[in-house]
Amino acid sequence: MRRSSSQRCSSADRSTASLSAVIEFEHASKRYPGGREGLIDVSFRIAAGEMAFLTGHSGAGKSTLLRLIALLERCSRGQVRVNGRNLARLPRRLVAAHRREVGMIFQDHRLLHDRTVFDNVALPLVVAGLRHKEVQRRVRAALDKVGLLKKDKALPITLSGGEQQRVGIARAVVSRPPVVLADEPTGNLDPELSLEIMRLFEQFNQVGVTLLIATHDISLISTLRHRVLTLDHTRLAADTGERQRV
Amino acid sequence: MTLGRHLRASYQGAGTWVARHAQVALASLGRLVRSPLSTLMTVCVIGIALAFPAGLYLVVHHIQQFGSGFSGAPSVSVFLRSEVDAEQRSQLAAELRQAVEVDGVQVLSPEQALQEFRQFSGFGGAFDALEENPLPGVLIVETAASLAAPSRVEAFAEQLRSRAEVELVQVDLQWVRRFHAIMDIAVRAVAVIGVLLGLAVLLIVGNTVRLEIESRHAEIEVSKLVGATDSFVRRPFLYGGFWYGLFGGLIAWVLVTLSLWALAGPVQRLAGLYDSNLAFGTGPLILLKLTLTGALVGWGGSWLAVGRHLDRIEPR
Ligand SMILES: Nc1ncnc2c1ncn2[C@@H]1O[C@H](COP(=O)(O)OP(=O)(O)OP(=O)(O)O)[C@@H](O)[C@H]1O
Ligand SMILES: [Mg+2]
Repeated sequence: MRRSSSQRCSSADRSTASLSAVIEFEHASKRYPGGREGLIDVSFRIAAGEMAFLTGHSGAGKSTLLRLIALLERCSRGQVRVNGRNLARLPRRLVAAHRREVGMIFQDHRLLHDRTVFDNVALPLVVAGLRHKEVQRRVRAALDKVGLLKKDKALPITLSGGEQQRVGIARAVVSRPPVVLADEPTGNLDPELSLEIMRLFEQFNQVGVTLLIATHDISLISTLRHRVLTLDHTRLAADTGERQRV
Repeated sequence: MTLGRHLRASYQGAGTWVARHAQVALASLGRLVRSPLSTLMTVCVIGIALAFPAGLYLVVHHIQQFGSGFSGAPSVSVFLRSEVDAEQRSQLAAELRQAVEVDGVQVLSPEQALQEFRQFSGFGGAFDALEENPLPGVLIVETAASLAAPSRVEAFAEQLRSRAEVELVQVDLQWVRRFHAIMDIAVRAVAVIGVLLGLAVLLIVGNTVRLEIESRHAEIEVSKLVGATDSFVRRPFLYGGFWYGLFGGLIAWVLVTLSLWALAGPVQRLAGLYDSNLAFGTGPLILLKLTLTGALVGWGGSWLAVGRHLDRIEPR
């Protein structure tokens, strides 16, 4: 049912959108209530199956950009399109379905501290109304991927920062969304573990997931050959363009 | 897709829908049970708020029925003209007995009327001074129960007045009218109290649910971040309100039953005075009505509360 409604919505806008672009910004600006600029006149496209980094100083607008894609904010000017859908015109009843298609890893984890790791990761599936058995199976698979299968009954408080980050990653990918956004996914990890997480993202990318990863970690970015979008004072300052896939 | 397969698919869809709702309903119930003290307090407040109008309604309702039992057939005194003789009198009586409005007719000759008057008025001596009996013949007409409404009794009396033999028709309707007027006020008052206390229940549930939303703020927000629909978020609270109302209705029923039981003795005595029986009861139908009303109002109250807070919790 979810599929059909999103298809209906996207087909209406498809004529103006490039078919392969999954994420499309056209002169998009975000002004927060109170007048602070979060993003100014940003345009770019990310094709289906691409993996890109988003970098820039603190306050450059990385989180704002990701929040616009996940429709946690609506842009105040310009257009943001995801899968051809113009998010500015997406009616409220379709917002939830849109968010299910975009897995998001939050800078501040956003875990529920009174729920076990298992329940935290299961949340997107429960919300989507999956059967209990299916939920069990997929949560185990996701926890296994991030190496936390043994901690499924733990409460997030009892985990290290890096482990909490990985719970957030498992939650973002558990429902196998076509688009995954990561806001500082390696902020709390040591270099070795950071690289491991990036390799995990590359694995997701290899099965067709489109990824956009915001990070400060320049050295990590340079060891991996992916496209890099650079924000500077809420404007897009540089874009390396799509790189060859490894 | 064949029709059979289509039907099976929609049947399974309905099955999971029911299963999902049942699961949420049970989870909401479990949440209430896990904090028994606060739940009990909320439920009792709702119960009292529901019991008050329900109890009053039952009392008024029963008194009304009881009232219609004896006020429905007032007797009408028909005073005949003095020239009407005994034969005409019994003829008229016989004719009236045939009428549908009439249950029975008692005939009093002038002599009998005098007899009665002496007996009951205490002015007996005064009549001894008179040479002639000044009283006419009287027919005491017992009206049928179908004439319960005062206006219909009045119409019947008017019909009697228009007859040539009749001098005067007296219906003691004044108290019947008063009774009905008072009952009308009582019914209206109960309705007003019911609406007010219904609103109170709405607010109680609304406030309880609001506190619950407050304490589950993080859960709601994160659920919405990962794509929960408004109805998904609303559902557990709606069931919470439903359970509060349902158990409130149950408590109300217990309270009403106990109260009416406490009233039973005096009520029986009063009824005895009127040769009537007035039994207050709270059967399973009333239990059903109270719990359903409670559940409905509880559901509505939490709907209002969640609706107001959903927007606020929308991730920004
Ligand atoms: N909710 C908000 N209300 C008002 N202004 C905001 C809000 N969120 C962000 N901003 C402003 O928007 C600008 C961009 O912020 P954003 O969080 O997108 O930066 P960032 O690149 O993610 O920074 P960091 O690397 O520190 O996470 C900043 O100037 C910030 O102050
Ligand atoms: Mg940020």
